[in-house]
Amino acid sequence: MQAEAALGRAGLWFGVLIISLILAATARDTGFAAHATIIAVVAFVLMWMSAARFDPMSRARSFFRMPETLSRYDDDPVRWGVLATMFWAIIGMLAGVFIALQMAFPQLNIEPYFNFGRVRPLHTSAVVFAFGGNILIASSFYVVQRTCRAQLAFPGLARFVFWGYQLFIVLAASGYLLGVTQSREYAEPEWYVDIWLTIVWVAYLIVFVGTLARRVEPHIYVANWFYLAFIITIAMLHIVNNLAVPVALNGSQSYSAFAGVQDALTQWWYGHNAVGFFLTAGFLAMMYYFVPKQAERPVYSYRLSIIHFWSLIFLYIWAGPHHLHYTALPDWAQTLGMVFSVILWMPSWGGMINGLMTLNGAWDKIRTDPIIRMMVMAMAFYGMATFEGPMLSIKAVNSLSHYTDWTIGHVHSGALGWNGLISFAAVYFLVPRLWKRERMYSLRMINWHFWLATLGIVFYAASMWVAGITQGLMWREYGGDGYLVNSFVDTVAALHPMYVIRAVGGGMYLAGAFVMSYNVWMTLAGRLRDEAPMTDAAYDAEKDRPIVQPALASVPAE
Amino acid sequence: MANRNAENREAGGKRIDAATGTETVGHEWDGIEELDTPMPRWWLWTLYLTIVWGIAYVILYPAWPLIDRATVGVLEWSSRGELAEDMRLADLETQTFREQLAAIDVVKLQDNPELLRQAIAGGRAAFQINCSQCHGSGAAGSQTLGYPNLNDDAWLWGGDLKSIHYTIEHGIRQPTENEERQSIMPPFEGVFEAAQLEALVGHVQSLGNDQASHPVGAQLYADNCASCHGPSGQGSRELGAPNLSDAIWLRGGSAAEIRAQILNPKMGVMPGWKERLDEATVKMLTAYVWSLGGGERISEDAADPAVRTDVEP
Repeated sequence: MQAEAALGRAGLWFGVLIISLILAATARDTGFAAHATIIAVVAFVLMWMSAARFDPMSRARSFFRMPETLSRYDDDPVRWGVLATMFWAIIGMLAGVFIALQMAFPQLNIEPYFNFGRVRPLHTSAVVFAFGGNILIASSFYVVQRTCRAQLAFPGLARFVFWGYQLFIVLAASGYLLGVTQSREYAEPEWYVDIWLTIVWVAYLIVFVGTLARRVEPHIYVANWFYLAFIITIAMLHIVNNLAVPVALNGSQSYSAFAGVQDALTQWWYGHNAVGFFLTAGFLAMMYYFVPKQAERPVYSYRLSIIHFWSLIFLYIWAGPHHLHYTALPDWAQTLGMVFSVILWMPSWGGMINGLMTLNGAWDKIRTDPIIRMMVMAMAFYGMATFEGPMLSIKAVNSLSHYTDWTIGHVHSGALGWNGLISFAAVYFLVPRLWKRERMYSLRMINWHFWLATLGIVFYAASMWVAGITQGLMWREYGGDGYLVNSFVDTVAALHPMYVIRAVGGGMYLAGAFVMSYNVWMTLAGRLRDEAPMTDAAYDAEKDRPIVQPALASVPAE
Repeated sequence: MANRNAENREAGGKRIDAATGTETVGHEWDGIEELDTPMPRWWLWTLYLTIVWGIAYVILYPAWPLIDRATVGVLEWSSRGELAEDMRLADLETQTFREQLAAIDVVKLQDNPELLRQAIAGGRAAFQINCSQCHGSGAAGSQTLGYPNLNDDAWLWGGDLKSIHYTIEHGIRQPTENEERQSIMPPFEGVFEAAQLEALVGHVQSLGNDQASHPVGAQLYADNCASCHGPSGQGSRELGAPNLSDAIWLRGGSAAEIRAQILNPKMGVMPGWKERLDEATVKMLTAYVWSLGGGERISEDAADPAVRTDVEP
């Protein structure tokens, strides 16, 4: 039986291999051919692995290190996820610093593969989906197990989610550099990569909901509400925004199902809610677990968490049209986009209040615990960004800020300040626990990372505010004669110093990520830096395990 | 699931948190508890306030989609209406100025400082949009590409308001009805022997620096070039023949560059703007280019109106 199963599996991969080779050979464009080749290589490796193993299930179990008993949390996908997070963080931020330098020094545009137009989506997708996505998937697998006191459901599927997601990232990133793009902001991958991500994402939903379903706790913890909202909404957004008709089944191009302003609105409905449900809801979920754990304090207000969760979820989905103020979008849609964005202010701040006030009774830890310090700064930037967002959505403000670098500054104070710092804090929390170390190699290095990152963000955001307002004012300046005073190139020249400062800020942030990589690396190597001690949250490995009930143990999955 | 609860994990584990004096909700997940703190009042009231503001806003402005249109809002505001009103006001502001400018003879601008100042300001903006692509944002041109520098006082086709205006209106070497601004320099590829060519290049270079040149070069120049560029290389504005006796070179003054230009001359073209821009804008551009430093004044007092005197406008 096992031999037949192994043969069947090898045959399946052989089929995939042949199809991808045919597609690579007959592809209409080189980008598609390159992607088919990547798939063929993956299929070949999997075929070889299947054929080489007489007992595929147990071999796969040992290869993928699947858990054998229910009395332990299934943390291998989490470990891989943390490492992938680190890897993609470096790649994504490196790309970011590179394009920041391109803006200041255009000579750095290396044609055609490394010009600004191709590296920019590489940067955005690498930091949002590769760095952010990996820490979201990894932390959700970690948190859902702990807060349900149950092992991950469908361990095989969970591994598929991790590896499938990495394949998605590789296809997306290589596609950008090869010029494969459907030109949709944050959704540049073409139709076949979108289909693959849909499959991976549905598997992710099944694993997550399956784990919730086998929980031992009577209630679902608030972090899991946010994770679930993130997973479900991203699935919906991804599918609707990427509805397209391929030009051919052996080519990478496709046409969007929507046209004109409908297309633009669909795009920004997606784009804004990628911010709302990926970068806000998902990371709030992380906050709701890691902040109380690290502070060792109860969450500030259960009532606030309910009200701000539902109001956030309800309001965010309508806010997208504020990206299209003063365009062909009908006035009524612009009005609604703006109104919902402004009302969204307090629901967003509810998360910040709940996180910050959780430190009631432990405020001294900001002084002594570098991870808490990082979390507090993350929540402060979250608060700033979610105030700035509604403000920028007001049409009068937007008429000055739109299309300027102010938007870029806003995005980065959110992304670097909130998403980046809370992710780093989560990694610092996770690494010693996942690899069973006493603590991080160096808590003092976390502090260095904190200051490098914080100062980097200040340089970044401040320079972009100045640049954005300068641009906005220069663009709209009319002389008494009715003519614009400045040409576009005048504004570009005026911004050069700001672009240099931005690159410096980004460089500092990247330097912090390198300090972190070194720290994680040394922790994995089992080293402890000899340094003056700092505070860290306590960890009891004995208690960190699922509650196994006799009835449940005999029924592994539901 | 809730019923398959582990031993002592039922709800009801409420306790008073010592640090805050607040009661917990009673649940606990992996060591995390939740306090039963009421929502901060300022937070709640600000939320209510934004909701009330939102309701008022959607009543005042277009907001709700209906079957074939949307509600227009009590204020009857629309973005198209706002733009139309803005444009109307802007047009109103500049109307007198533009009318005056369109009506005035371009030469008269030099004696009307108020109108000239406004025209220069408008011309600067129009130049950035329409002209900077070739002449550069500072109007310095490009020697490599052969776009004239407009900041100096060397003019190919004349530097008074009238000539500049004509050049901008009709362009350079455009296949249009006008006869002017059309000259062509013939290519001399294969005409000279190598030594002759070097002598000629030497002579052309000597025109500007008062150094003695080879008599062969001088003779060749007189035979082949002087009819357009003038016996002493002063050029001709009627023919658009560049002045060779100053230190300004349209396409470079090195021997190699001059040689290339003799053998296979490159001649610039410029589009005419009469059909693309309105009369007032063309006059603004004229005033701006004239103001850059090399503008020449047409003296109306002189017997011959063609006599020019250099002035700083």
